[in-house]
Amino acid sequence: MENKYWQSFAELNDNENFQKQNKDEFREELPFGDIDDKGLLDSKTPRRDFLKYLGFSTAAASLAACKQPVRKAVPYVNRPEEIVPGVASYYATTFTTDGEVLPIVAKVRDARPIKIEGNTVCSYTLGGTSPRAQASVLDLYDTYRLTHPRRKQGDKYQEIPSFDQLDKQVTEALAGLGGRPVVLLTHTIASPSTQQVISEFLAKYPGSRHVQYDAVSYSGMLLANEASFGRRVLPTFEFDKADVIVSLGADFLGTWVSPVENARKYSFGRKINEQNPTMSKHYQFESYMSMTGASADERFTHRPSETGAVALALLQAVGGAVSAPAIADAKLKAGIAKVAADLRKHNGRALVVCGSNDPNVQQVVNAINAAVGAVGTTLNFAQPNLTKAGVDKDLVDLVAQMNAGQVGALLIAGANPAYEYFDTKAFASALQKVKFSVSFNEKADETTELTTYQVPMHHYLESWGDFEPKTGYFAFQQPTIAPLFKTRPFQTSLLKWAGNGTDYDTYFRQFWISRLGGLPALDKALQDGVLEGGTAARSLAGIAAAAVSDSTVAARVVTSVGGASFNGAGVGAAAAAIAATKAGKDELVIYQNIAMASGKQSGNPWLLEVPDPITKATWDNYAMISTAKADELGIKYKTSDYEYYPDKPVIKISVAGKEVSLPALVIPGMNANTIAVAVGYGRNAGFGKASEGVGKNVFPFARFNGTTVDYSNNVTVAAETFGTEKVAQTQIHQSYEGRTEVVKETTLATFVANPTMFSSFREELAKDYAPKSGDYRKEATLYGDHVQPGPKWGMSIDMNSCIGCQACVVACHTENNVPVVGKSEVLRYHDMHWLRIDRYFVSDENNPDDVKAVVFQPMMCQHCDNAPCENVCPVAATMHNEEGINQMAYNRCIGTRYCANNCPYKVRRFNWADYTGADSFKDNQDQKLVGELDPVVFQMNDELTRMVLNPDVTVRSRGVMEKCSFCVQRTQAGKLKAKLENRQLKGDEIQSACAQACPTGAIVFGNVNDETSTVAQLRENNNGRLFYVIEQIHTLPNVSYLAKIRNTEEIVQVKRETAGGEHQGQGETPGANADQKAEKAGHEAH
Amino acid sequence: MIFIKQKVKKALLAGIVTLLSFTSIKAQDGKQLFQGNCQSCHAINKQLTGPALAGLETRGPWTDRKNLYKWIHNPAAFIPTTPYTKELQAQFGGQIMPAFPQLAEGDIDAIVDYINKTAAADAAPKTDTTGAGGAAAADSGGQSAVVFGIISLVLALVALILLQVNSNLKKLSDDKEGILRPDPVPFYRNKIYISLLALVLFVVGGYFVSKGAINMGRQKGYAPDQPIFYSHKVHAGVNQINCLYCHGSAWESKHAAIPSVNICMNCHKAINTYEKGPKLYDQAGNEINGTQEIQKLYKYAGFTAGQAWDPAKATPIEWVKIHNLPDHVYFNHAQHVNAGKVACQTCHGNIQEMDVVEQKADLSMGWCINCHRESKVNFNNRSDSTGNKFYSIYEKFHNDLKSGKMDSVTVKDIGGTQCMKCHY
Repeated sequence: MENKYWQSFAELNDNENFQKQNKDEFREELPFGDIDDKGLLDSKTPRRDFLKYLGFSTAAASLAACKQPVRKAVPYVNRPEEIVPGVASYYATTFTTDGEVLPIVAKVRDARPIKIEGNTVCSYTLGGTSPRAQASVLDLYDTYRLTHPRRKQGDKYQEIPSFDQLDKQVTEALAGLGGRPVVLLTHTIASPSTQQVISEFLAKYPGSRHVQYDAVSYSGMLLANEASFGRRVLPTFEFDKADVIVSLGADFLGTWVSPVENARKYSFGRKINEQNPTMSKHYQFESYMSMTGASADERFTHRPSETGAVALALLQAVGGAVSAPAIADAKLKAGIAKVAADLRKHNGRALVVCGSNDPNVQQVVNAINAAVGAVGTTLNFAQPNLTKAGVDKDLVDLVAQMNAGQVGALLIAGANPAYEYFDTKAFASALQKVKFSVSFNEKADETTELTTYQVPMHHYLESWGDFEPKTGYFAFQQPTIAPLFKTRPFQTSLLKWAGNGTDYDTYFRQFWISRLGGLPALDKALQDGVLEGGTAARSLAGIAAAAVSDSTVAARVVTSVGGASFNGAGVGAAAAAIAATKAGKDELVIYQNIAMASGKQSGNPWLLEVPDPITKATWDNYAMISTAKADELGIKYKTSDYEYYPDKPVIKISVAGKEVSLPALVIPGMNANTIAVAVGYGRNAGFGKASEGVGKNVFPFARFNGTTVDYSNNVTVAAETFGTEKVAQTQIHQSYEGRTEVVKETTLATFVANPTMFSSFREELAKDYAPKSGDYRKEATLYGDHVQPGPKWGMSIDMNSCIGCQACVVACHTENNVPVVGKSEVLRYHDMHWLRIDRYFVSDENNPDDVKAVVFQPMMCQHCDNAPCENVCPVAATMHNEEGINQMAYNRCIGTRYCANNCPYKVRRFNWADYTGADSFKDNQDQKLVGELDPVVFQMNDELTRMVLNPDVTVRSRGVMEKCSFCVQRTQAGKLKAKLENRQLKGDEIQSACAQACPTGAIVFGNVNDETSTVAQLRENNNGRLFYVIEQIHTLPNVSYLAKIRNTEEIVQVKRETAGGEHQGQGETPGANADQKAEKAGHEAH
Repeated sequence: MIFIKQKVKKALLAGIVTLLSFTSIKAQDGKQLFQGNCQSCHAINKQLTGPALAGLETRGPWTDRKNLYKWIHNPAAFIPTTPYTKELQAQFGGQIMPAFPQLAEGDIDAIVDYINKTAAADAAPKTDTTGAGGAAAADSGGQSAVVFGIISLVLALVALILLQVNSNLKKLSDDKEGILRPDPVPFYRNKIYISLLALVLFVVGGYFVSKGAINMGRQKGYAPDQPIFYSHKVHAGVNQINCLYCHGSAWESKHAAIPSVNICMNCHKAINTYEKGPKLYDQAGNEINGTQEIQKLYKYAGFTAGQAWDPAKATPIEWVKIHNLPDHVYFNHAQHVNAGKVACQTCHGNIQEMDVVEQKADLSMGWCINCHRESKVNFNNRSDSTGNKFYSIYEKFHNDLKSGKMDSVTVKDIGGTQCMKCHY
């Protein structure tokens, strides 16, 4: 059977039109259309006007240059010893949002944090990051942050001049509650010192209590674990120790529980040692196409309401004494049987995780895990995860109490129930019945807009703090900048209101000094950022080396950790409850996407502009629907027009009096009757200009089942005439024009049977084009080779490890001052990402909906040693250097865009408008010729927001080309460091921003000329999987890829017509034929 | 044989050099030692944290040099032995001088020599050595250009007159011979003249326009007035303060950074008058009162002489930045000063002679590139392991140096003229 690699339905079905519509690199026609027969003088842009503008701009430029501005240099009055102007310092701290606790290191340049890196000291993330952590530094400089405490007066909020006055007002109010309780409402608090502060506060106000919930709830699992294991905690999931991973709808690589930790551990099993190719096997049962599902080896789809049935069937198949409802879908049924057999075979090395929030389903999953020996091996209850402790029922009860007027005062810290609660209206009206309410928050979100008092909090980069994400593992926060606004930690408020005079900063220090036994121990802990209790730590070296040697096998040795014993008493009742689940005609799944998660960072322009890994859509949420549903609703998704024009048909989703209209995107690999919509969109104005009016909030479509909130619901879908809405997708912005060999992918069985399947292509190239010397690099070109006498930078990307999480994309954004362009510009193909992650669906030619795999391919400038772009630049603004970098001199670029036209990888980006405010002429930002820019562009140019810019990288102005520079500022700084220390440069010493951000070690950067570097080793030891994209056109890229291997038994047919010199390997994209002929002719002409 | 001869020669030479230097090195050494160890607390003619040192050998126990050695090696132990030192301790509020056991007796001798010599020189009547002689010579270059200009103008005029005479003569001879010719066109309507003039104007104008355009944004010779008349000549020249004492971050950072006020106050807490240095003049030729300028610093620093300084009271000084590079240029001081061992003066001119700092180089790209082409890097030498070890990975250059293909490695060779070394 032969596989197809495709990006969109149009490419698959309507290829001729698709290629025609996308053949232009730039979408716009040049504005010459109006020059017609009427003559130049009468046309819209007459020659005289041109001359006038020319004269004016010359004069203006000369005038502007005549008067040099007087620049001031203002030194410190008393320079702090640890600050050297121009030299960055790094502070270990902790990123935390929605309970996710991620140890990080903040790069602080001249006293302002500008970049987030992972903390490599942390044993379970090993320096991995997520896009949300990478982007969080921008939230610090958000112009929409609350800047001072405020009090509601009528409909408006009035500033309270000082915290002392606030304290006085609040303590008076709290004293006069007349015995009614004070309730503190928060998300899960995993901070030991904060817990103590809260208990001190609660002690001061008798009858008061603390209610915890989570924006996206894990109550189901917590309650199930309490029933099964006697402990209301989440375990740590040891994905690295599992050979068989089964996920029932859990997006564990993207957003589930502790995604960065999960991704890091998961990646250990996905590295392949070519001498002995083995890898973990990942099965995914799910309803929609999730990012985690995209990484799975085998995927099965079902209705959301069937999750319980699937779990039960699986339990039955692994030997559980339960009766399971019949599964109608034959493929799903066969899948369950296969997975069960595999699980049984790998007893003790298997792990089943489930994304459902139904305690019954989770109990069944616990029973499966117990049956396959996961408890105590891959399911670690000895170091349980403490970041989720919220129980939905508590919040429901609280709302009932509020409605009954039984709550005296409600203090809300960081939580936002008016947005996240399944019944937002009910919460809002209940809040009206509470006389006195306070919201501690960074921004005026939906809940904060309703409370009596708004007390602004520090951003996490301004705070002290501590976390215990797992028992015995601690992570610390320390301020990296003095508070920008009049803010303070909510703990300080609680302390003050409890009559304790100390502020939280002092409290925190005293707490830890007494716990750790002294200031030096605390200083050490703060310096490391983490404190871990004597567990065997893995070393980071192991990860990159995984594909080099067999060392990961040792790292993946399973040891029993104990911590819990399984009690299956409740499973029978759970099974009965599951059997009673009713399916609807259409079902809605509410999911978190990788950028927005639950919406805490929705106002972040970097995250809004990151393309979704599956749909490649930016700046919106939308309804993901199946092809079957599209056919039913009459959406012509197979035409090129559907892909080419951003206007997508709007569908209406409704359930019990609630309805929402969203544009529909047709996605393969969806369950036929499932519609999936992401949360985190549809924010209020207080969240900022960037997120205002972006998407719709679908939290209200979640359903409370009596104990927990279900993130799926039975809905009705209608697609009458709701018109269309524009969705800014980036997937067809870069067209390879039908070129083959872009992605290479196969199955493990095929690769084991034919280990030279990829390398033989390279050998044949050498045979054909370098018959004399066999040196394809030197002989197959007319141009001379570049010499790299010193270091030569190179990158290796393991597509097997890439999970598509976009952390690298945001890291690149941050590091390189890549501008945000806004939705209107993305719609015009003007997105500026230097690094994109291409997504390819793999399927049988005739059955595109049956997606066998999804391939993620990070694509950036390939830094070709024989670069097509360099030859066509008329002003030599792009050239090659002696370190293998394809250079781009912005100030020399005149914007002809020839280079982008000639780039086969389509990785060059043109500054169509002045996105950064770098242009000398203010009016250029609002140029009518390029159209009005979105407000977000101006928000990004605010004086405050610009503090996030990296001072070592030029801010590009309008009209110049830009692209990946291999983080040249880092290679330069790294070389200088070695020179100053009078030593040799180490091969892995310098890391590009993307490589450093990657949570799975998929991207590796280093000095290729140093044989000991990881990148050189990877190339050396992975000859079988190594490939360069479109190698046959002799661009000699400095970015190498390792082909993706799917762990299945399928043997993929290799189409190989070597006769006539035609090379067709694995990665054939549709529509290749026409171009291939042209290419073949080109080769012959060569 | 030749080999031995060379060795002997070398040894002899070395011997002579050491002999010669031995005698003169002492006082010079003393100066260095004084600056390195004593200067932060002692001045020669003025009391600072410690007493003035002039005439020290005439006082108390110091008439005996041995006592001085003991004192310097361990002051705390020496104090109780003489009433003079006890009194001294009381006078300075109980503060004791730190011990300098590392100073050998010879070193101390050198320091005392230096103190005596300097004290004597200060006592001698001052003669004004600064003169206004240098200015006259500078103009001679400009004068010759004027002379050449005048000569060319005269010659051009003569040529024009001769041409006119020639055409008149021709006309006369034509008249004589009866050849009829059209009336001569006056020269201002003569197309040849007009086009020649246009061409000349175009070339001259073009030259000045393009030269002006190239120099747009360049500020060579820029010497703005600063909020405090700070003289590099007094600090770096006369007083020999190392550049890096104030601009320390030039060693480790991209910015040389203007020193913070606390660095000024390190010395100026004690030095509150400007007395002995050369007279200061601003660009207009007005004399500057140095003491008043120090008072300006005190105002910024919030400092009152005789009291402890509280940095919290200081306000920043807004210096005018002189050396400005465009934003698209990345320049790193550490790279040049520390790794490249380039002297400050290479780019900033003889800063130690400037009362008012002036931009000496035009800081243009051509200027940068020229230096990159010529400057040699501190390439590491494998045989004697000198030079920066960073360059040990440049295998090709090592081979070429060995085989004689290259005689040295310049900045250009390691990529110093490529775009993305400075523009990114």
